[in-house]
Amino acid sequence: MTVALATEQGIAAVDLIAESPLAIRGMTVSYGEKPAVFSVDMTVAEGAMTAIIGPNGAGKSTLLKAALGVIKPLAGQATVFGASLKTQRARIAYVPQRASVDWDFPTRVLDVVMMGLYRELGLLRRVRAHHIDKATDCLDRVGMADFADRQIGQLSGGQQQRVFLARALAQGADLYLLDEPFAGVDAATEKAIISVLKSLIDEGKTVVAVHHDLATVTEYFDHVFLINTRKVAEGPVSEAFTSGNLIAAYGGRLATAQIDQLDLAAG
Amino acid sequence: MSGAEFVPLSLTPLLIGVFSAIACALPGNFLVLRRQALIGDAISHVVLPGIVVAFLVTGVVSAWPMMIGAALASLVAVGLIEAIRRLGKIEPGAAMGVTFTAMFAGGVLLLEQTDTSSVHLDVEHALYGNLESLIWLDAIGWESLLDASALAGLPDELLRIFMTLIGVCLFIGLFWRPLKVSTFDPGFAEALGMRTGLIGLSLVVVAAVAAVAAFDAVGSIIVIAMFICPPAAARMMTNQLGKQIGWSVVFAMLSAILGYVLAGYGPLWLGANHAVSAAGMIATISGLLLALAAIAGPCRHRSGAPAH
Repeated sequence: MTVALATEQGIAAVDLIAESPLAIRGMTVSYGEKPAVFSVDMTVAEGAMTAIIGPNGAGKSTLLKAALGVIKPLAGQATVFGASLKTQRARIAYVPQRASVDWDFPTRVLDVVMMGLYRELGLLRRVRAHHIDKATDCLDRVGMADFADRQIGQLSGGQQQRVFLARALAQGADLYLLDEPFAGVDAATEKAIISVLKSLIDEGKTVVAVHHDLATVTEYFDHVFLINTRKVAEGPVSEAFTSGNLIAAYGGRLATAQIDQLDLAAG
Repeated sequence: MSGAEFVPLSLTPLLIGVFSAIACALPGNFLVLRRQALIGDAISHVVLPGIVVAFLVTGVVSAWPMMIGAALASLVAVGLIEAIRRLGKIEPGAAMGVTFTAMFAGGVLLLEQTDTSSVHLDVEHALYGNLESLIWLDAIGWESLLDASALAGLPDELLRIFMTLIGVCLFIGLFWRPLKVSTFDPGFAEALGMRTGLIGLSLVVVAAVAAVAAFDAVGSIIVIAMFICPPAAARMMTNQLGKQIGWSVVFAMLSAILGYVLAGYGPLWLGANHAVSAAGMIATISGLLLALAAIAGPCRHRSGAPAH
């Protein structure tokens, strides 16, 4: 009886990983002597909006980049929808940190969004009217359709972030990974972005975002993943977003008064 | 000037100058945007020891061994730069700086120690090339362009730089999208599954091939100038990458043609009695064009530029 139960649970756990849009196992990354991410496991819940939170330098962005193969991990692997990353790239859209690119690059807003169609266009396929329509629709969805012909250097930080989101939408993915999408954006942009992300969830897509603002975690996200080089906790916000886990992740960097103001789960 | 004079004496140097300038300016656009413009500088300097060693090994001044020597030297340099950057933990610009100055200096020393007096191989040649001497003696006028036996006498340098230019154009045309995406946003490119490391390395190799082929004909001064000046000037004319490439080709051609003509006739117009180095003048003109673009280019003030 006990044996049968254990086996059932084992199968259930395997299924969870197999079906997860993104399952990370034993991920370890190091830039120098100290690891930035150490032996982290993460199982992203399908159809949910997950926040990756943790203090500065906790390895949030690094975890995301390593999962995508953007940086080479020392150890560990990621599976996407139960298969290898290589075979599933078309189902992933990635939004890097806005500050990671040179916005002085000579290109227009529409051209940036068209980059999201690369997998469709390949090296040499001709750009057709329906490609441009698709890119324009994506810009429209983030409220930037009027800016299609603008040079990207003329955009505000919030507008740049929306263009990046439009490029991700153009990829038509099932899993959206965003690195600090709300960093340095205006309130209107934050609202626009969150409403687009919620609409993706309504369509059955999965969203994972590196997030900084603890005050909005409960309002914006369903799941939370706490990290400080090592994994601290993961689960639904109502279970994992507790003062105990926050203290474990942030240590002394979070004042008790700050914690008291948050809309935390009991525990 | 009549065809009988122009075709044999000036047509081939002009074409070689124009093709060299364009072959370097094209990859230069991406190198400048990637903040790797110094790579062109580095390659064109390290070519010298490669050529000298090739000469020492083979004992002849012949194009192919020298080009192979130059190509090997640029690979050594790229490896050294990476090694210094990683082991020394210093910034890439400084790693390039020490690599190319050290290798160029080594090349000069080698050159001084070898008996090259009987052959046309000296420091001056390395810097300025020998553009003026790449004449087409078999030509008697425009009609020679249709004469197979005259065409056979065209300088080898012309064919080599022309083939190189075609190769450079094919590379950029074929890999336009990956080059653009990975230059703008390497992280996104990598997440798409692009091999950004391979793309970056290919770009450097293509730049090295262009530099070596151009160096053979026009010397390192033009190579350094053409990797940076036309693309940098072009950037101030437009805010679109495709148009920037077009402008850089225009600036490269202008520099080559104006520079060649001014070097040949400018001093005479000013009352001097001998021409100056075409390579030096071409590089100077490209610098002047850059200065003009910086003063008057429509997109020179980028972060507050008007919308149109």
